Amino acid sequence: MSGLPHQPRQPHQPRLTRLPRLPRSRRVRSLGIACFLSALAAVITGPSGDADHPLAGITGSFAWPRVIIFVVAALGLWAALLSGGHLASPVRALSARARAAMMPSTSMPPTPGGDGAGPPAPAGPLRRIAAPVTGRHGARLGHLALLAVALAVPPVLSTAAQQALVGEIGVYALLALGLNVVVGYAGLLDLGYIAFFAIGAYTTAYVTSAEAMPWHAPWQINPFFALPVALVVAAVAGVVLGGPTLRLRGDYLAIVTLGFGEIVQLLANNADGVTGGPRGVFGLPPLSVDLPGVRYSWGLNPLPYYYLLVVLIVLVMVVFGRWERSRTGRAWTAIRQDEVAAEATGVATIRMKLLAFAVGASVSGFAGVVLATKQFFNPQSFGLQASLLVLTIVIFGGMGSRLGVVFGALVLQGTAFLLRDTVPPADRFIYFGAVVVLMMIFRPSGLLPPRRHRALPRQDVPGTPAIPAAAGAGLVGAAVGATAGAGQDSALAPGAAPGPAPLPAPGASLGSGASLGSGDAPEPGPGAGTGPGVGPGAEPAL
Amino acid sequence: MGSAEQISQLTIDGLMVGALYAVIALGYTLVYGVLQLINFAHSEVFMLGAFGGLFASRALVPDGGATPSGLASAGLVLFGLGVGALAGATAAYALERCAYRPLRRRGAPRLAYLISAIGASLFAFNLAGKEFGRQSVPVPELFTNGTVLTVFGAEISTQSLVIAASALMMLLAVDHLVAGTRLGQSIRAVAQDAECAGLMGVDVQKIIVATFVLGGLLAGAGGFLYAMTFNASYTMGFVPGIKAFTAAVLGGIGNVRGAVIGGLLLGLVESFGGYLFDASYKNVIAFAVLVAVLLVRPSGLLGTRLGRPA
Repeated sequence: MSGLPHQPRQPHQPRLTRLPRLPRSRRVRSLGIACFLSALAAVITGPSGDADHPLAGITGSFAWPRVIIFVVAALGLWAALLSGGHLASPVRALSARARAAMMPSTSMPPTPGGDGAGPPAPAGPLRRIAAPVTGRHGARLGHLALLAVALAVPPVLSTAAQQALVGEIGVYALLALGLNVVVGYAGLLDLGYIAFFAIGAYTTAYVTSAEAMPWHAPWQINPFFALPVALVVAAVAGVVLGGPTLRLRGDYLAIVTLGFGEIVQLLANNADGVTGGPRGVFGLPPLSVDLPGVRYSWGLNPLPYYYLLVVLIVLVMVVFGRWERSRTGRAWTAIRQDEVAAEATGVATIRMKLLAFAVGASVSGFAGVVLATKQFFNPQSFGLQASLLVLTIVIFGGMGSRLGVVFGALVLQGTAFLLRDTVPPADRFIYFGAVVVLMMIFRPSGLLPPRRHRALPRQDVPGTPAIPAAAGAGLVGAAVGATAGAGQDSALAPGAAPGPAPLPAPGASLGSGASLGSGDAPEPGPGAGTGPGVGPGAEPAL
Repeated sequence: MGSAEQISQLTIDGLMVGALYAVIALGYTLVYGVLQLINFAHSEVFMLGAFGGLFASRALVPDGGATPSGLASAGLVLFGLGVGALAGATAAYALERCAYRPLRRRGAPRLAYLISAIGASLFAFNLAGKEFGRQSVPVPELFTNGTVLTVFGAEISTQSLVIAASALMMLLAVDHLVAGTRLGQSIRAVAQDAECAGLMGVDVQKIIVATFVLGGLLAGAGGFLYAMTFNASYTMGFVPGIKAFTAAVLGGIGNVRGAVIGGLLLGLVESFGGYLFDASYKNVIAFAVLVAVLLVRPSGLLGTRLGRPA
């Protein structure tokens, strides 16, 4: 931070007027936060206790040699917190200035407590300059390179890693892509998503084998034909669940789907005569191709399954990419950003939400086929935690970003695989829960935010692709601008707020728009006078 | 056992479980009234309260010792309830502080609160599983359980009586607090119009915290009562949580007396439904009630305003 002689003052002043607090109490507060977080980290990583010694895990976490590490960590964190304001302000000022001058210094180090904005998109002349690298063409090259890596690397890995690539990463990437349609595109929270996975798996067992389950189809088909069958069955299940419930408001939908997931697992477990109950299903025929001239069967080796999954994932990504940019995708965006405005402008909201639900469910059914043909499964595979794991992956990777959720699966599940010996599998979910909360606070857009937020497609409607002009673009533009102003989307398109002035967003919760956020509100970019500071809930008390 | 006795027994059992649901449902309802958000992590507050009370009573009643009686029993139950309530309140405070307040400061969209609460819930119950073990743990016997009296042929055990009496007292206390004290007035004011309440001098931030803590106290004590009958385990919060939420919706979420009525009603429906179909489908019945209420009358039986004098 040596080259910043005068900058820190400028953004510093509002901070002082905003938080009229004694510096000393702030120091104490930061120390408290640092100690709390460090102690929490110590307990999470420490030994486990049990019911007879509930405090053993906690006292063991602060045993003598360990505790030094965490005291040092707490002090380091304290120092970072104290200097955070001083460090973050010049960075912010510099980046604002850089953008104003349209200089290519576009990356901002994400500081803890700093803003969660992604790298700001270049604007104006810079965009033209950067187009060959960041534009569609460059992106396509990048995707091909990623695909090449995905195809070339796995054969050199160990068998255990290949197994993990199939069962833990690939299948969950596929699931996350499906949930991404529901959560990321349409903005519906589905907490029973894994139920469709179960439906896909049990459907496969039903149609492909006469022995695996007590209840089976009168004829058996090749597992490849189970793919379309499972797709249709899962989609129908999605419509059946969604039909009555999608009229509900978002949080009710979440709890109903939560219950649905639980019921499906309960039925799979209790209906002994149909599903085989808790014993599970095994001995399904593996996938096989049996054409004249081509004979191949997927056996025990994980690698062929991996390549099959890659094909499925790429297929789903391509299809969803085109879907995202179609009229349907725009309708989903409109629903996500403001359902009332979308409905007012002629989007068939219920039908579109139902479609998103069915599409997400069908991808989950796909994944179920792969699971069923690959390995043994039982009702335990379809618990609540699996649903929440898929959700965690989507949140971590970036809601609405196809590449993001695949990366999310790779990073989260890959880390879990690499740490499998140091972290017991049951403890993983502690970390996943913490990841979800931290992401929501510091980087709600995820690891790789969706492109439409990074790019500046049109100057008049921030953060959205073009809306059909014939459908009253003015109204949607205004409404979309309003939600973007109060919601997270605006934070993802920094400096891109010369849209219509934010109107009070309908249904904004208590503190929304209160400008107390520690710098998360998009700082005034070049010529952007319309931040969310004038949002609805400008509450003095908050 | 004749059928009249059976009906009477099912009613008593249903009311007892229903009273527990009502106690937990109050936490959902209060938070919903103030923030218009479903607190997904409330079930973990309940679970942590249960463990708090359980370990406290374990510390006082040694394994294999004689079962206490008389005043000692009453004192132990009250102590367990108190520690459970404190543990629940602490958990609820931490939850508000870590998972809700940062989002409120940033003006996050609704979806973010739900997701953050789910993350907190995932974190909390798995951490509890790690620290307290992953098998279910019984509460030590604090009193000699037996049939105290019979009503129309139904046997009422000491345990049911203790649970019902504690739940009733808590419900009455909360009703009085919300309807007749200054804090309750502030809570209702914030529920009605937070911005306006802020302008009238209500410290909205404090009221939000107070609401979470109040819900946590209730859920913690309720958790201890629940654990007395059904044991405690790290996943114990999930199912009662969904059911209490159903109760809150049934009575009209955001409405204090509605939550009580919804809880008792749900307990009855479940008790009779479990008898008519099969006990293992009790959860399905509760869930069906939730879906039916949401579809037919989303505002619940009594309407959804905490702002009204309940």
